[in-house]
Parts: sequence; structure tokens; C-alpha cells
Amino acid sequence: MNLHEYQAKDIMRSHGIATPAGDVVTMPEAAAESARKFGGPVMVKAQVHVGGRGKAGGVKFCKTPDEAREKAAAILGMTIKGLTVKKVLIAPAADIASEAYVGIIVDRERKKPVFMVSAAGGIDIEEVAATTPEKIRYHAVDVRYGLMPFEALELGFFLYTDAKLARSAAKVMQQLYAAFMATGCSLAEINPLVVTPAGEVVALDGKMVIDDNEVDRRPDLEALRDADNEDPAEVDAREHNLTFIKLDGNVGCVVNGAGLAMATMDLVKYYGGEPANFLDIGGSSNPEKVVNALRIITTDKNVKAILFNIFGGITRTDDVANGIVTAIKANPLTVPLVIRLTGTNEELAMKILTENGLTASADMDEAVKAAVKVAAGGVAA
Amino acid sequence: MSIFIDNTTRLVVQGITGRDGSFHTRQMVEYGTQVVAGVTPGKGGQTFEAVSPEGKPVAVPIFNTVSEAVKATGANTSVIYVPPPYAADAIFEAASSVPLVVCITEGVPVLDMTRVYPFVKERGARLIGPNCPGLISPGRAKVGIIPGRICAEGPVGVVSRSGTLTYEIVYQLTRAGIGQTSCVGIGGDPINGTNFIDCLAAFEADPDTKAVALMGEIGGTDEQEAAEFVRDHMKKPVVGFIAGQTAPPGRRMGHAGAIISGSSGTAAEKIEAFEQCGIGVAKRPLDFVELIRARLSMN
Repeated sequence: MNLHEYQAKDIMRSHGIATPAGDVVTMPEAAAESARKFGGPVMVKAQVHVGGRGKAGGVKFCKTPDEAREKAAAILGMTIKGLTVKKVLIAPAADIASEAYVGIIVDRERKKPVFMVSAAGGIDIEEVAATTPEKIRYHAVDVRYGLMPFEALELGFFLYTDAKLARSAAKVMQQLYAAFMATGCSLAEINPLVVTPAGEVVALDGKMVIDDNEVDRRPDLEALRDADNEDPAEVDAREHNLTFIKLDGNVGCVVNGAGLAMATMDLVKYYGGEPANFLDIGGSSNPEKVVNALRIITTDKNVKAILFNIFGGITRTDDVANGIVTAIKANPLTVPLVIRLTGTNEELAMKILTENGLTASADMDEAVKAAVKVAAGGVAA
Repeated sequence: MSIFIDNTTRLVVQGITGRDGSFHTRQMVEYGTQVVAGVTPGKGGQTFEAVSPEGKPVAVPIFNTVSEAVKATGANTSVIYVPPPYAADAIFEAASSVPLVVCITEGVPVLDMTRVYPFVKERGARLIGPNCPGLISPGRAKVGIIPGRICAEGPVGVVSRSGTLTYEIVYQLTRAGIGQTSCVGIGGDPINGTNFIDCLAAFEADPDTKAVALMGEIGGTDEQEAAEFVRDHMKKPVVGFIAGQTAPPGRRMGHAGAIISGSSGTAAEKIEAFEQCGIGVAKRPLDFVELIRARLSMN
């Protein structure tokens, strides 16, 4: 789960990291008011869950409250990479003497949280890694001991030669590590970490991504979710314990299991079609899940055929068949349906489908081919 | 022969009285696995009823702790069906008493795994999972949730990051008359206890395994490292498949590990690594049958 910049900064601030105070506003007039309150130049920053806000015109420097109103009016409602900006952060513009980067990710290879720090901050760290990798220092943390003070200081001295600044930066590293662990993050970064003309080390921008598995057990983190900033169908799916990701094709897919769901999308493509979505109904079956899955998929007007691919292990195929029948009775489909199911209680499932005028195949390749064909306007074999 | 589990496996089930634990314990007993104990804190002294392959009633004793269960029954393997918030502690407990731990639980926070992984290594135990279907050695034992009837005894080792996709491919192999020594689901999370290389090394050392089927996914570089291992350390043929060729970058595709970030972890990179290291590439699940058959007939 992605956090907004202002949310990440709130968490960092609560762990002692210096970061400029800001206001989150939804109206241009409130932006002007906020700028007046800060009494100097401000930054108006779009709060959306995408990278590259600045390049897309979602971050602006404003000298006066009038300018803040004008820029906020332009940014609010703007669409950045498909997401509408509904909130902007107004923060005092800082004088910057230098910009550094500090980030922590959970690294799957080292199986530890890993610090990445660089004195070349302010730009994409991926770009620094690709062009000047020697400018990044990595440090894997043994979570049983945490980030030790001497390790933090080594990282601090990698950023600054001045001992006072290095010590301040070391403190920020430990605070960021504490915030990372306490919030169950998979990523936390400060970019840029700046030194002000007064010699203070300040986090000017912050980003945090929380591990979705952590959110499941922490209601306090769930409260930070901004469902407004997600695809409504994906939010709907999550609320019904389905994993759904919208794609651009026309073959709607309902599958049990993530690996099989990906393989099904791949097979749709292999036979010349385009998948409209990734949808995993999960392991334990429940007819209700199928009803919700069909409802969510049919809201996508691009969908020209719906493909079920169910391999019954824990999932009982008769539960899936009952779900399909219930859903169609309540809301007749306007697009063709192709069903493949095999495994647990297959005979019973086939009987339920046949009694309700539906047919199913036991073969994955046959079903995918048929779905691709009918989606393209052909007639199923 | 087989890898990791066989007729000598004596299993303790953590979370035996839960919804998933009780269902799958019955399935494992029915398959012929020696389930010698269950653990549910507070239910020690009770028994869990199941039915053997011969249709005879089996009473599995329940204990409050794993160490008690191991002392009383000589259990040497544990399988975990406890909810995600408690899974890490269940793994710590199991790894403190038995050498093989299989964690089925899906949704274990990755930061928990950063603590679990070094702990298990230091105890000298092997962890399979979390977020995995477990493993099966057809005709000998099954630990986890892989349906027994889709498997058959035979010469192919199977290792996979996914659940139902594995079933799909194993089922197609079985239907084509190609059986398996062992099928291992290593799980779809970013940090798991056992990786492809551990399984490939075990299959290479197992005299009955003649070929290996490997199912990978987008995300991370495990498949690329596995490909190098095949090139440098294996004589047995390997056939591989990568799921997620059509997945959009940056999105988590159900499995927490299946996310493409930056340029690392795409299906194209993994397939290229397979090709360069002499791994046969199945373009779709069905292709495994012919590719494996061809490699078995060359032996």
C-alpha cells in the first residue's frame, strides 16, 4: 500500500525526523490561505500515488499566495498517469545547500532491509544506480541488532565530510529505520534529504510503501489507505477478498491461484488475444466470491468474453459452478462465457452447469482458444 | 527415492484444529502420510480423528507445544496452518525442535521473514514456504495441500513458486503417463526458506529423478540464479516455464513476490537466462509434456 507524501512525512516527523510543516488542501482558496500563513514562497505538490509528479507538472514553486491559488487550481483535478489529483500539499519552499538520497528497501536477495544512500539526491535513484553506481552505498541491516550507531555514522560520513552534518544524517538514518520497522514498510525513502543554509538536515520529500500483509493485521495502517486514489474496481475487489488488476484487453479472466492466473493471461496472449484483467479468486472457494468476481469484471465495457479457468484443489469446482449460476440468474450476461474447470467435485460441477444450460471444458488450452475467438467476434467451436 | 519427505517422515501439524489444518490433516492421513501429532495450545491431551488409506480410524494426539509433541512422538517434520500474525512464531517454535518445517500460511509480513530466515539457518533446519502448497513425494508422503490424486510415482522432479499452476502442470504430466519423484512448492513470497537451487541440488543428488520441471514467475532473480546453477552444477535435464509474461510492471500479481520492479525480474529476462543455460523453455504449461518426454527418452 502506497502512502501519500504528507502521510509518510507525518510518520517520519513522529519518529523525530525534521521535515517542513505542510498543509493538505483540496481547494485553491485554502492553498492561498496556507501560503499566507507560511509567509514566504511555497511548493504546491500533487498528492497522488505515482512517481514522476514533478515531470508531469504536479509540483510547482509559488512566490505569492495568489500564485499558490492559481497553481493549486491548475493541479487539482489534473490527471497524472491515470490518477486524478484530489489533494495538494502546501509546504514552505526550502533554501537548499545540498541534496542527498536515503532509502530503505527489503531486499529479497540479501533477505534483509537494505539502506541505499547517495550524495546525488533530488533525482531518480534508479537513474543514479544505472549511470553512476559508485555514488550509491548499500548497507544491509541485521534486524536482530537493528542499525547500529557506528553503521549509521559510516553512512552519514558517506554523505557529508563535515562531522556535524554526518552525525545529523546518522541520526536521520536511525530514525528512518525505526519508522520503517514500526510501520511495516517494504520501502521508505527521503529524496531529497537537504542541508539548509543554516546547516540543518531536513527531509524535503518522503515516500513510504507498506507491506500489504502488514496492513492486514494493523487497523491503524489500514486507516491510512486512500481508496479515492485507487481504481474503484480494484477497491471493490479487495473488499471482497479478491485480487484484481485491470488491464487493457477484452478477455475477462477469473482464475483460482496467482500463478495459474498469470499463466492464463499469458495463454490468452499466446493464442492472439489480450487479457482484460488479472483476477484471483483465491484458494478456498465460496460461491459469493464468484458472484462478486463476475460483477466486477462485467463493469469493464472493454470485456467481450469471460473466461473461467479453475483447477480444483482446495477450491471445490461445484462451489464455483454454483456461483456462476447464481450470478447469471441475478444479472444475465451480455457477453459470452467460456468455462474451464477440472479437479475437486468436477462431475458435480459439470452437472450443475449442464442443468442450467451452460457447458464447460476440462482442457485449459481449448477454453482459452475459444475465449479469444469469441472475444474477437467469432463463434465458439 | 524422493527429496525432503518420504516413508520415514513423521509429521506434526501446527494448527491441527483450525479450519484449514483439520481439513488438510485428514487429507494427509488419507494419503498415507504418518501424521504422528498435532499442536494447538490449550487443547493438549485431546485427540484428532482421521481415516487411514485402508479406511481405519486414526487418532492423532494433540499437544500444547511442538517440543512436547516431538518428545512424545519422535516427529521429525512440521507443517504450519496458523493465521499470518502467528506464523513467524510458529516457525521459530518448529525450527527449534525439528529439522524440516513447511509453512503453508499465506500473508506473512516480509519483515517477519527477515527475522525468521537467519533463525532457521542458525538452527540448521530447512524451511519450505511460507505461502506455499507444501510438497508431495507420490506414493510415500504428502505435507501440505497438493491434491494427491493428480500425482503419480515416476522420474520427474517438480519445483515451483506457485500452487494451482503446479497442479495444472503436474496433472498434465500425470495424464500423459509421466510420474514424479517429488513435487515441491517453494512459495510465492519475496523471502522464503528454500529456493530453486536448494531443490535443484536435491533432485540432482536423487538417483530416481531423471529430469526436472521448474515453474518460475516474474519478480526477483531466483530463476536467473537457478539457470546458472543448472548450467554449472547439473547433469540432469531441466525444463522451465515463467508465468507473468503479460503482467504490467510495478503491480503485485497476487503473489507478493510476483512484482516486476525496474528492469529486473521480467519474464523475458528469465526466459533468456533459461535459454542461455540450456534449460528447455515451455512456452505454455502444456509444452512441459513433450519437452520432458523428449528429455526422458534420451536417458
